[in-house]
Amino acid sequence: MSDGPVLSLRGVSKNFGGVRALIDVDLDIHQHEVLAVVGDNAAGKSTLAGVIAGVYRPDAGRVLLDGAPVVLDSPAVARGLGIAAVFQELALCDNLDVVENLFLGHEPTRGGFLDEIEMERRAWDLLGQLATNVPSVRLPVRALSGGQRQVVAVARALLGSPRVVVLDEPTAALGVRQTAEVLNLVERLRERGHAVVLISHQAADLQAVADRFAVLRLGRIDGELDAASVGYEDLLAAMTGVSRPSGRKPR
Amino acid sequence: MTPATAPPSQRALVAVLAREDPWPRLLRHIPDRELGLVPVIGALVLLWGVFGLIEPAFLSAENLVNLTLQSVPTGVIALGVVLVLLVGQIDLSVGSVSGLAAAVVGVTTVLADWPIVLGILLALTVGVVVGLGYGLLATRLGLPSFVLTLAGLLVLAGVQLRVLGPQGSINLPFESSLVRFAQESFLSPLAAWGLVAAAVTVVTVVQLVERARRVRAGLPRISMGRLVLRVAALTTLLCAVVAYLGTERGVGYPVVLLVALVVVVDVLLRRTRWGRAVRAVGGDPRAALLAGVAVRRTTISCFVACSTLAALGGVLAAGRLAAANQGTGGTETFLTAIAAAVIGGTSLFGGRGSAWSALVGVLVITSISSGLTLLNLDTATRYVVTGLVLLLALTADTLIRGRRRVP
Repeated sequence: MSDGPVLSLRGVSKNFGGVRALIDVDLDIHQHEVLAVVGDNAAGKSTLAGVIAGVYRPDAGRVLLDGAPVVLDSPAVARGLGIAAVFQELALCDNLDVVENLFLGHEPTRGGFLDEIEMERRAWDLLGQLATNVPSVRLPVRALSGGQRQVVAVARALLGSPRVVVLDEPTAALGVRQTAEVLNLVERLRERGHAVVLISHQAADLQAVADRFAVLRLGRIDGELDAASVGYEDLLAAMTGVSRPSGRKPR
Repeated sequence: MTPATAPPSQRALVAVLAREDPWPRLLRHIPDRELGLVPVIGALVLLWGVFGLIEPAFLSAENLVNLTLQSVPTGVIALGVVLVLLVGQIDLSVGSVSGLAAAVVGVTTVLADWPIVLGILLALTVGVVVGLGYGLLATRLGLPSFVLTLAGLLVLAGVQLRVLGPQGSINLPFESSLVRFAQESFLSPLAAWGLVAAAVTVVTVVQLVERARRVRAGLPRISMGRLVLRVAALTTLLCAVVAYLGTERGVGYPVVLLVALVVVVDVLLRRTRWGRAVRAVGGDPRAALLAGVAVRRTTISCFVACSTLAALGGVLAAGRLAAANQGTGGTETFLTAIAAAVIGGTSLFGGRGSAWSALVGVLVITSISSGLTLLNLDTATRYVVTGLVLLLALTADTLIRGRRRVP
């Protein structure tokens, strides 16, 4: 990418008690790029997402935004700096409709009353940009499929026009068709110029959209792979540590 | 940009989805839309039809005027219950709060000779304090509101007895302005028709302005025909009520108060950030919290509103009976108020319901009681019938929720 990374981690470590969840992690995140962070269970993926999204504060190391160090104290601070995260549990209210969920807690008002028209207009706008198949913005969220709900959660993250979007296991609970919907969405995000960090252990799904892979293993970044040249076996090998990715030994 | 490599099947699926027509999905979900108040209003019409056939006196203007007046205290309490139910809590002590408020008004105005306004203010303050207490205990300590308010019910019933003192009953003088307000204040025909005209005008203007803004923003809007139909339906309903009740005493001030409160709460619920927060907290408190909603404050505000409305209901009941006694706000009060809210379509599971359900629900319950009394049936029958109607409403609530859970 041309302008250097939007967000960089340098030597980031995070411990939970005696467990070393992240050890000396370096990572660069660019605009117009989908960075897939893969790893087995307990590799530190969710901790990494938490550090980027401001949920966890690293014990050591620095987080750089456009090259300047920043402290991400809370998700709100991270959001203010243009980093939005969608976590595995989507945090949508089933009984509210799409518009209501999108703007929940940040509703625009007009003379003290909710400005439904402004909200609905922006909701159509946003969902239109994501080219989604959410049938109506006035449908309660419980009537949507898993993939559509994911779209709503992502759309909500996009409301503040963040530069970095972190998706933690967006396809973990989804079927094949819905997974495809979400991957489709990730591509749209890249087209819109966001830097997307996609965290998952489902390497096959990620191959459909990722530009670059960072492999986490036991808390360390265990190699970065270019999506164009990497095969599924290489990824599995890197995740499990059976062989070096460059070795490319079919088992 | 490096082109991503993907298994071909996955790619194909992505491409297919991008082209898929959204309409079949939309059609599949339409039967899932909320039915709202339609079933309850249908039930009410059916009820009135049946009672009217068996005993024509039921539909007489005199009986209906009484019926509307009778509905007011319970209706006001039920409105508060709707709010706590919406936020996903419950308040079993609304009866005790209303009884205590009635006692406070009686003691301060009759025994201590306070001006009536001060007495009412003190009674409402009691409601605010009780609600604040529930809210803080429920949100800070996480006490379940079912048992918390059950405890409150007992405590406040005790306080009510102590406030009333050894006589256990205080009669309010008939010239008291509260009693006159509750029993014999009716809108003059001019005022009634003026109110109807004002209500219709406001609704029409709001709808037209909203529609115009939607047209300008290029959003879907209701057709002009439907808008006219809606306004015409509202006008017909209001005119029918005012004209028919006007052949007797007319529309009582307390009835106007109840309807006004329902309208205010409805606007707050549907058109303000607070109302949106209430429904979000009732639907999924954790999601609401993550979205940045002040969950605790919202919950506390609903408890406070509920207890305050319960106190107001107690004051109105005292006015209507011209007395405050040990029976005011007894067991039946909280049961009917909660039943009214649920029959009106407010979910016991939180997050679903409307302010109007209090009004319609209380009309259903009062109609049953009034109709069965006219038919010379005893209290036993009334309890059984009301209970069966409540069972029906609860079944509908649970089934709707169940269907929603398994899409």
